[in-house]
Amino acid sequence: MRRPGLWASTWVLFRKDLLLEWRSRARVNALLFFSLATLLLFSFALGPDTALLRRNAGGYLWLALLLASVLALGESFRVERENATLEGLRLVPVNARAIFLAKAVANAVLLAGLGVLLVPVLVALLDVRIILPWTQLLTLIVLGCLAIAAPGTLYGAIASHARARDVLLPLLLFPILIPALVAAAKGTALVFEGDPMGQFSSWLALLTSFDLIYWGLGVLLFPRVVEE
Amino acid sequence: MSKSLRIGFVLLAIALLVSGAWIGLAWAPPDREMGHVQRIMYMHVPAAWMALLAATMNFGTCVSYLWKASWKKDAFAEATAEVGLLFGTIAILLGAIWGRPTWGVYWAWDPRLTTMAILLVAYAGYLALRRFVDDPDRRAVWSAVVGIIIAVDVPVVYFSVKWWKSLHQVQSTPKTVDPQMVIALRWNAFAFLAVLIVFLVARYRIAFASRMRETTVPDAPVAVRQAVVS
Repeated sequence: MRRPGLWASTWVLFRKDLLLEWRSRARVNALLFFSLATLLLFSFALGPDTALLRRNAGGYLWLALLLASVLALGESFRVERENATLEGLRLVPVNARAIFLAKAVANAVLLAGLGVLLVPVLVALLDVRIILPWTQLLTLIVLGCLAIAAPGTLYGAIASHARARDVLLPLLLFPILIPALVAAAKGTALVFEGDPMGQFSSWLALLTSFDLIYWGLGVLLFPRVVEE
Repeated sequence: MSKSLRIGFVLLAIALLVSGAWIGLAWAPPDREMGHVQRIMYMHVPAAWMALLAATMNFGTCVSYLWKASWKKDAFAEATAEVGLLFGTIAILLGAIWGRPTWGVYWAWDPRLTTMAILLVAYAGYLALRRFVDDPDRRAVWSAVVGIIIAVDVPVVYFSVKWWKSLHQVQSTPKTVDPQMVIALRWNAFAFLAVLIVFLVARYRIAFASRMRETTVPDAPVAVRQAVVS
């Protein structure tokens, strides 16, 4: 029997992950309302100063996504752990790199979808205006979610088998993600406030290099994480 | 390391530390602008150097562990992370004490400060991971992966915060400061290096002993394992 290649198995696993999310839509819904609640909480914590809230909107968007990402990553590995499906996949045998790529891309797609849904909420709730072209905002959201997903998937696989996994995942993940958070939040603020100094492209470059480094490291190290 | 060599190193570290404190506090001249406050630098700078040295050793050990696994490497990685976290905390606390009279603030969002703070939080996560995974094999591999990721993150964090904001003063070079200050700094750097070695060796021995205990009789109750080791 011929074994499927890396890309073929990645595609199959990616579709499996999204199908799982689609069939249990309650999880995606919960995630969406969780991020909405966080956005509301930020506004209430900061008080009713509309100008201040609008200026910080970029930061709120990424904090909401970051908090949601921990829940999404934890969930996506909880399902695998409870049914020992990762071990099953490794026995097929499926290339561990395909598992990483599929899971990380699926998580990134989920988060990016969430990010896109949150933008109109920011516009309505915080009176944000999108000054730069919306394609640039979309690029930023996609790159930022890819940046969360790569180390997030790697650490999610590790934390899911540890004790106190709900504390461990954010403790490991958040410090690592600070460069991506800085770049994504600054870039989003430029989209909302206008970019007279032309700084947008350098934040995009920082985010892109972060993505390249961590997707590379993820592909390289993930097989060691799931080996028995 | 034999027992007499270890005791010798402890004595050397104490001697260097005491004499270094005298050199830094009494012998070296006070700074023209900062006055006596500048003397904190003789502790702050060596502590930061040792923290970075320990982090570099941790990275090297993690890569080497994934290349070829051994319990010695795993124990050494644990030692470097913990001792590095200690020295980094000392460096940051001393820096804050120095920053208040000099900059007017305890904390500034400067690349080096911020990078060090993130590094410390990241290593705290690394050590938490080690506590939360019971299987020694998995713990070793996973913490090696996490150690590599932390080390790779450091330059990216530094670069991103540098773009974000900057304040830390440029390092002085030996050419721009009084020769007595250079001697005081170097003396204390060697003192801290000796302390680092003493701590690393002690921590490594503990870590290696507990690895041996875990792997020799893995499923036995703790009391039995302790009886086997002792």
